[in-house]
Amino acid sequence: MNMPPDIAGQAYKGRTASIGFAHGPFVRVEAAATDGRAVGTPPDEEHALRAALASAGRQVAALAEAAGGEAAQILEFQVALLEDEEFLEPTFAAIRDGTSADAAWTSALAEQIADYNSAVDEYLQARSSDLADLRDRVLRTLRGGDSETLKIPGGAVICADDLPPSRFLEIDWSDGGGLALLRGSPTSHVAMLARARGIPMVVQLGAVSTGAASAILDGEGATLELDPSSERVGLFERRRELHRKNRASARAILRRPAASWKGEKIRLLINIQQVQDINHSDAQYADGIGLMRTEFLLAEKTELPDEDTQYAAYDTVLRWAGNRTVTIRTFDAGGDKPVSGFTEDGEANPFLGVRGLRLCLRHSEIFSVQLRALARAAVRGNLKVMFPMVTTPDELEAGRALFVEAVGRLQSQGIDAVLPPLGIMVEVPAAALTIDRFKAAFFSIGSNDLAQYVTACDRSNGALAALIDPLHPAVLDLIGRVVEFGTRSGVAVSLCGDMAGDPRCVPALLSQGLRELSINPSALAHIKRTIDELGREGRRE
Amino acid sequence: MLETRKANGEVITGNVKLIHAAGMHARPAVKLTKLAKKFQAQISVRASATAEWINAKSVSKIMTLRAARDSIMEFKASGEDAEAAVAALVDLIAADFPDTDP
Repeated sequence: MNMPPDIAGQAYKGRTASIGFAHGPFVRVEAAATDGRAVGTPPDEEHALRAALASAGRQVAALAEAAGGEAAQILEFQVALLEDEEFLEPTFAAIRDGTSADAAWTSALAEQIADYNSAVDEYLQARSSDLADLRDRVLRTLRGGDSETLKIPGGAVICADDLPPSRFLEIDWSDGGGLALLRGSPTSHVAMLARARGIPMVVQLGAVSTGAASAILDGEGATLELDPSSERVGLFERRRELHRKNRASARAILRRPAASWKGEKIRLLINIQQVQDINHSDAQYADGIGLMRTEFLLAEKTELPDEDTQYAAYDTVLRWAGNRTVTIRTFDAGGDKPVSGFTEDGEANPFLGVRGLRLCLRHSEIFSVQLRALARAAVRGNLKVMFPMVTTPDELEAGRALFVEAVGRLQSQGIDAVLPPLGIMVEVPAAALTIDRFKAAFFSIGSNDLAQYVTACDRSNGALAALIDPLHPAVLDLIGRVVEFGTRSGVAVSLCGDMAGDPRCVPALLSQGLRELSINPSALAHIKRTIDELGREGRRE
Repeated sequence: MLETRKANGEVITGNVKLIHAAGMHARPAVKLTKLAKKFQAQISVRASATAEWINAKSVSKIMTLRAARDSIMEFKASGEDAEAAVAALVDLIAADFPDTDP
């Protein structure tokens, strides 16, 4: 496929899994050959599988030895599984019943993989890709496929449907290169390895042409271009250089001590939607977690999550945070976040309906499970808990009473538990206007909902985008009131809506007296720089 | 499972608190089963007093314990070297799975 060099090749867009840039030969790695295996008698099949397992064990052990460190520990788990008779027994039982070796192995592994996938704990979830890796390696060996290592030129852009961790480790990345996956996920184990090694990786590219001599992979823009023209390569090189400069200055900014403005320290915390978000490369520079949403726990499966599942998720985040504060918000379901078996159906106006704390107080059986998990987690770190969508002090007190009861029950069962500092989200105008009536340990202003309710604009209605201005004087006035009360009475106030991550809004928020902002990890460097620049302008005045 | 006991051997038991921060994840599970396999004894483990006993030599079974930090790990073993096996496993967990491999 020779293309005139001045014609731009094909370009594809995916999702970023690891940021970075690669330009090199294009190598398409095909999935292992399937089918085409003659099936023998049950004893033949058992023998064939035993041989494949032994061969796979040798391959993985050799890889582990070569890789060392964390990668070796990942692979040692696979070696242990291959030596685990209880793990292998269901496969051999199916073979004795007449199933072929590959079908029996595939179905036994599918069950285990589904089990790991259903875990909320991120460590356990990550193990499912190890099992898939092991499954494929044994199948390749069983089918007489490619057990030889991949012959890949250095610095290549490697394209595959998906790539398991062990195959990633088989590739020599010492000359750089990049990984372009048609499927895959940014939270997979291989994505973690790519980020750790600084290998650019783009996933979910869909269908990609197989024939190309060279490629450029832009892990920032999440694009893959095949057989790029010299002009495209020139543009790519400029992006790569710009990225390098931006990253260097962003990292320098993040590493600097806390942001300050007019001599006052501005605390920058992060918002996370799920446990994995703590893996963002900039998250470590945050002063803490200002908002951990918990709705992801409700989205996992048909069943609501049990206490241990929730505890594991909270505990993982608290362990990561160490001495830094972590503010967890109780379930904020309802509104635009329906959950079957929990939220109300058929509300004419769900944004003004039974949502947030209103919903939790109606379902104390569900709420109490979350409060128990939080009370146990509170023992483990610097935890604060806040209720969303609070309108009156009575609601805060009703939630507190349930929390106190949950702590008492746990302690009477001999389980370590403690009541964490309890705060509220300030997003209902009625609460903002009567803020002095709430006996809360802290306030967190939810500017998205506050702006929606103050401007009477549905924030999901694009036609009103211009009207729902968070800088509307009415919104700023309410924010100012809350901050003023907080300062006067010694109650901490932070803001965790989109405003905090919008450089256009930051000056107004600082002017209103806010000293604590919670933003997405990817906005940390930008907002810190914005505040520093405001500080410099302030000094010049 | 509770009744598995050799005619000639008594059942040895031992308890230990799991202090590993990440709970019983893959790395500690691999170490635990590697050590258990060094003994002839039949060794069972559970992470809560009400749970089913599982084979301490099976890494896949150990992973299904989903034992969190501060769980009490309970061992029981029968066979010639049962006493040494339980002592070694309790030590491994009490010492938080030290890296002893060469």
